[in-house]
Parts: sequence; C-alpha cells; structure tokens
Amino acid sequence: MNLYTRIALGAFYLFLATPVARSALEGVMSTHMLLQIPLLAAAGVPIARLLPARRRDALLAACGGALPCVVLALFASSYWMLPRALDAALGDPLTEAAKFISLPLLVGLPLALAWRQLTAIGRGFVWTNFISMLAVLGWLYIAAPVRVCNNYLADEQGNTGWLMAKLAVVLFAGWLGTLFVGGKPAPIAVPAARSGESRQASPT
Amino acid sequence: MKAGKAGLVATGLVTLLGIGVFWSGTDGFTAFTAEAARRAEVLRSPRSLPAAVLEDQDGRRFSLRDYQGRLLAVEFIYTRCNTICRSLGMAFRQVRERLPSQALGREVALLSISFDAARDDPSSLKAYGQAFGADGAHWRIARIHSQADVAPLLAAFGIVVIPDGLGGFEHNAAIHLLGRDGKLTQISDIDQPVAFADSIAKSL
Repeated sequence: MNLYTRIALGAFYLFLATPVARSALEGVMSTHMLLQIPLLAAAGVPIARLLPARRRDALLAACGGALPCVVLALFASSYWMLPRALDAALGDPLTEAAKFISLPLLVGLPLALAWRQLTAIGRGFVWTNFISMLAVLGWLYIAAPVRVCNNYLADEQGNTGWLMAKLAVVLFAGWLGTLFVGGKPAPIAVPAARSGESRQASPT
Repeated sequence: MKAGKAGLVATGLVTLLGIGVFWSGTDGFTAFTAEAARRAEVLRSPRSLPAAVLEDQDGRRFSLRDYQGRLLAVEFIYTRCNTICRSLGMAFRQVRERLPSQALGREVALLSISFDAARDDPSSLKAYGQAFGADGAHWRIARIHSQADVAPLLAAFGIVVIPDGLGGFEHNAAIHLLGRDGKLTQISDIDQPVAFADSIAKSL
C-alpha cells in the first residue's frame, strides 16, 4: 500500500469523524446503520495490510489465532446493532468515540487478520452469520410495534428494516454466486490424506 | 479454522468478555432500547427534576415543585398531534377515571405538558384539555413558559423530541409518575393506564 493510499484512508476516517459527515450519516437511521457503521468497520481492514507480514502473523498468533478474532468481531459488531447503543452514540460523545474506535479495531482489524487463515467453511460461517443477523434484525425492525430508537422516526425504522432485508437477500445471492462461479478456489478442497503436507504450503 | 489450546482459551475469554459487555450494556439482557433503559434507571434511582416555570390553560404560572407532597402523573404532548398524543390523552383520561375521586387534586394530580411552547398558547392548551375531558384543576394542560427551559426539562425526563418532517413531532411517549418528593419515580407504557392508576391508588 503506497503512501498516498494510506493518507487517503486516514483522511477518509477523519472525514467520517467530522461533525458534517456525522450529522449527515447519523441523521437518518438507515445510513447510520448501513453506511456509517460498515464504513467504520471497513476502516479497520487496511490496518492489517499496513502491518508487515511477520508482524501481522505475530499479532494473530498473540490473539490465539483466527477463531478468537472472529468471535471478537462478532460480539463487537453485534453490540453496535443494539438500538440502545445507537441512541447512546447519538446522545453521548464518549459512546460515540467508543463506536469510532471499536468498529475499526475490534471488527475490521480482527476479521482482516483472521481472514487469510479461514477455510471456506470459516469464511462461509462469517458470511452467513452476518447475512442472517441482517435478515433477523431487518425483520424485527419491520415487525416491531414500537419505535426502538428514540432518535429516529417510526417510518425510518420500517425503511431501515426493509433495506436490511433486501440487503440480506442480495448479499446471500452474491455469496451463493461465489460458491458456484467463484474466482480462485477456496483452500478447503484438501483431501484428508494430504492435509499434513498442504498445511505447510498453505497457499493463502 | 484451526484453533490450538491457546486459541480455545482466547476464544473462551473473548466470549466471556463479550457476554459481560452485553450484560452490562443491556441491564442484564432486559433493556435493549434507550426507552427501556430509561424506565429501568428511574425505578432504580428516582431522578430530580429542574424547576421550570410552567403556564397552564388559563395562563396561570406554576412549577413542578408546587406539587410536592402530592403524587403527580405527567405526560408530554403537543396539541396539534393527532397520533400518539391522542393515545396519551385517552390514557390519561383512563388514569383519571380509575383513580379514587376523593384523592384527586388532594393527593394526586395530573399534568399534561406541551413541549411545543412556541405554538401551544393557553387557548390551544384549553381546547386540547376540553377534547379529553381535563377539568383544568386536577388535570391541567400546560406549556413550558420559557423556551430556554424546554431542553433541560425534556432531558431530565429523558424525552427525545424529533421533527417528523410534516410539521409535527415524534417523541417517546409514556406516562410518568412524580413522587411526593417531586422526583421522577416511575415510567409506564401508555397502553397500561389501568395498571398505572392502580399502582398510584396503592400508594395513596
């Protein structure tokens, strides 16, 4: 990653934190949940790439491997799906800061660290778990008889729910597509007898 | 995803930590929304309220403190509201009808407070009260006299008012109970007026 890309990424993260970008994205429930939060999580991905490969592997090893990283990302991302956490981030600067720091560092970074070591099943688990979470939350928002966020209109909640449901369908279709017409083969197709050798020459 | 012993220990730790954060962030998996959290918090520790000057449907000025020594049921409204405030008005009416009539005014009173101080003048407050059968004495309709007092009073109650884009507002509607010490002690759902009235009747 060259210097300009790094600067651009850093500038983009800082831009997300500006009052203008925050009020634009957080003013509406759907962009808060489906744009700002995913962008913040994605901002953690390049951090893993900035590290030299040896550092990255050392960090991953220190964390205990891929599994704890995936679980950490699951917990941290689920937390910011709580309506209460969304309201708190809007009303309390400390919570907002926690959101801006934890999404890149506890969701994007650990996922990026773990991703290379995940088998196709591991990656499939992360994807399907994410997609089903999106679908269930979307359905909850559509069906909820009350407003779940004090800071957002009831109509917006319904809209966000439908957007989440649609996004879940699109992502699921896309994910299914990669299973059948995917580009490079996933590293799972290793016959049991040869798994010992291939582990040393792990392609990813 | 291969996880060695260290990986499993780390996963266990992350899981425990994650559950702990969710536990404390949702009051033990009971409050997933800011509204539920507000109600639980008030029950745990009743809140002091600022002494805002209010003005009722007849232009009389008074303060919440004037009600100390009595129980006071409070709801927040704006008179142009056709949706949730109608339910609020109906709920309050049911509360009033359920309370023992000899206690009304002497030991317990009702107060509807408009947060739209700019538009709700005494005459519109009066019209609102008449529409729901408020007598203007035991059940008064009031607005917050000074615009500067609106935000602090709403914040103390935990009411979030947002414009609905159609010239009206959406807000977290509920019925509030102020104890004899003037503190906010209980918040109930607007579809539970009978249970709310019965809990007041018990403490008379």
